[in-house]
Amino acid sequence: MTRTTRRYVEWTIERALFACAVGSVLVTAGIIGVLLFETVAFLREVPIGSFLFGTVWTPLFSDAQFGVLPLVGGTILVSAIAMAVAVPAGLLSAIYLSEYANPRVRRVVKPVLEVLAGVPTVVYGYFALLFVTPLLQTFLPSLSSFNALSPGLVMGIMILPLVSSLSEDALHAVPNGLREGAYALGATRMQAALRVVVPAALSGISASFILAMSRAIGETMIVAIAAGQQPRLTANPLVPVETMTAYIVQISMGDTPAGSIGYRTIFAVGMLLFVMTFVLNLASDWLRRRFREVYA
Amino acid sequence: MIRPLRPLTTFTSPPGAAAPPTGVKIAVTGLDFFYSQKQALSAITTDLQANIVTAFIGPSGCGKSTFLRTLNRMNDIIPGARVEGQILIDGHDIYHPGTDVVDLRRRVGMVFQKSNPFPKSIFENVAYGLRVNGITRNRGELEGRVEDSLKAAAIWDEVKDRLSESALMLSGGQQQRLCIARALAIQPEILLMDEPASALDPIATQRIEELIYQLKTTYTIVIVTHNMQQAARVSDRTAFFWLGRLVESGPTEQIFTSPTEKLTEDYVTGRFG
Amino acid sequence: MTAGARRLAGDRLLQTLSILVLALSLVALMTLLYDVWSDGWQRLDWRFLTSNPSRRAAAAGIYPALVGSFYVLLVTAALSLPLGIGAAVYLEEYGGGGRWARLIEINIANLAGVPSIIYGLLGLSVFVRVFGWGPSVLAGGATLALLALPVVILSTREALRTVPMSAREGSYALGATQWQTIWHQVLPSAFPGILTGLILAMSRAIGETAPLITIGALAYIDFTPTSVMSPFTVLPIQVYNWVSRPQAAFAENAAAGIIVLLVLLLTLNSVAVVLRDRIQKARA
Repeated sequence: MTRTTRRYVEWTIERALFACAVGSVLVTAGIIGVLLFETVAFLREVPIGSFLFGTVWTPLFSDAQFGVLPLVGGTILVSAIAMAVAVPAGLLSAIYLSEYANPRVRRVVKPVLEVLAGVPTVVYGYFALLFVTPLLQTFLPSLSSFNALSPGLVMGIMILPLVSSLSEDALHAVPNGLREGAYALGATRMQAALRVVVPAALSGISASFILAMSRAIGETMIVAIAAGQQPRLTANPLVPVETMTAYIVQISMGDTPAGSIGYRTIFAVGMLLFVMTFVLNLASDWLRRRFREVYA
Repeated sequence: MIRPLRPLTTFTSPPGAAAPPTGVKIAVTGLDFFYSQKQALSAITTDLQANIVTAFIGPSGCGKSTFLRTLNRMNDIIPGARVEGQILIDGHDIYHPGTDVVDLRRRVGMVFQKSNPFPKSIFENVAYGLRVNGITRNRGELEGRVEDSLKAAAIWDEVKDRLSESALMLSGGQQQRLCIARALAIQPEILLMDEPASALDPIATQRIEELIYQLKTTYTIVIVTHNMQQAARVSDRTAFFWLGRLVESGPTEQIFTSPTEKLTEDYVTGRFG
Repeated sequence: MTAGARRLAGDRLLQTLSILVLALSLVALMTLLYDVWSDGWQRLDWRFLTSNPSRRAAAAGIYPALVGSFYVLLVTAALSLPLGIGAAVYLEEYGGGGRWARLIEINIANLAGVPSIIYGLLGLSVFVRVFGWGPSVLAGGATLALLALPVVILSTREALRTVPMSAREGSYALGATQWQTIWHQVLPSAFPGILTGLILAMSRAIGETAPLITIGALAYIDFTPTSVMSPFTVLPIQVYNWVSRPQAAFAENAAAGIIVLLVLLLTLNSVAVVLRDRIQKARA
């Protein structure tokens, strides 16, 4: 190969690889572009105020109303239940794995948590609808077959590994000197963990909570299967609700013609979902970066 | 992460031109070297002679390895590295924008401190340079040149029956001689050796030193060593580095017996370092 | 109780609580697996694997969904692997911390956090409508490829980072160009790690439901896809379809479908582990 050919080949390959990398930017651009395009078209027909603050969501009725709050409310309700499970359980298991467990226990527990994270969400949906809900109904007779509680609990189990592994990383990053200092003052492992290590790792731990919240908000199949399809603004976890993601699935399963207002609603809802998760991801990232700066 | 190598126009030396048997092979003038902000070499000026062994000595961190790596532009792959000054090989500026680093490294071979055979067979290790440089595709010729290189590196008898075995199965000393064979296969003019025996036992070290002695008839050799006895044994000329500066250079015997600088004397007599 | 005893009791309490939580999550996993197995195992037979879905639960099978999952996964792999590996090699070996590289890195980290259903909306708009591919295997595979891209890129970069600098130096010192060094030294050394990451990405893709529903993959289909332009369904969508039927018999089908899905996942992951071990052993 002559020098010129060689240089040309090298140059071409580098450009091609660069194009692959730029492709990932195009994906983001595509997502934002598509959501923006359809949302703008949607907002030409529905004023933004009545979309964001309206409390009735009946886009397919003849007197259609486009108040997204019931979907947002349903999403937040289910996510809050999930967080109520995942945050304490995830944090406890993180403390245990990082501060107490011996390597042998870790070798058993970590793969189990990984398996929990790897189960397809449709399977969790099945579990919520056909196992957890009937089980809960034996204690709570007023629980409807579709409700926020059961998918919320199951979603909590699903995001537990995320909270646990990210929090554990944060706890691990806390220098041992801090622990030793606490032990030297006569603290038990619990006191060292709760009063010294956890506070020191707080921004890293909060980052994991926020990321878990973002994951819960974007989770689709569990709620589409087990929470119902009735948009209603309620804090009652025992009745059917509909989340933003479940709504998108509901419309996609039917046949709503492209270009119709019904079709555009899923993009408007998708836009809102994207913005919410994006803000949460940014916040989580910011906290994690701050945490790393402290202990880098 | 690696900064792209920027092979541009020509590194001009007519192919196959024989290097002059004696005289200045590498001429360095006012060389400064920086890792990002930190200056690692300052104002190095020296000439390295053809077809002899030049040893770089000095305490660790004195810049001798860094200097060695500027001679084949191996430092180019370190992000933030910067060179000022001039290095001429056979009169051609190797940091000139028109210089092709790939050509340069083909002419200036290198052996590293820690032997780094590729995770391939013994044969493929030696054939690698021939293949990537497109020197030959002919199987017979390839085999011939691999054999010649292994013989030149004094390892042929030990490996001739197991050329297809993984190079990682060899002992440390054998691996290092394989790396020398690998470098010789593409017939460089200059061979840079960065503490080639520092990880080896005395017997393996002795074989490497004997090999260096044989190779200097054909190659210009520059060796970095922290072992002064080794420098005294293998080299014709010695250069002493201290804190990024070239303190003194001259015939090895003179450096070790009657250096002009006090610092050199202190170092070679073991008063520090 | 003395202060010391109280402190020790607190310590014991925290430890007990933690173990309880971990035990509960283990129990949850076991319960889930047991529940699915006990609901579905009776439906599992050769006919279930090789039949089309049917309005009669007892006659229904998952054949089109199984084939659909397989085809979609092939398209996903074929698209996401070269793109993902290419991007990772650029960022790790060429990018050099330039402004573009930093922008791309931030972008990839953000993409990894985008909910999967949003990718479905992108696929619906771009692949199905603008490109006119319809709700086809190609559109579904491409959508999942975009979803898998950040995972492939991140795991490939991880693997590239494990290749020691000395391997690169050895190659450069012999006059190899940058690409020759990457192709002959870096990629082969990183291969086991890359492979594991890829299989992980594919095992996530095979369980994805929401984005494929969004692009309009059919829930009921009684033919197998014949080309990349065919309409299709996949295993998780078939499961979803059966779960949403009120009759208990369909729930059994769903459970049986889930067992097949989980077995596929387990197989993929075991293949990853075995391949990695074998390659590492061959190297050593």
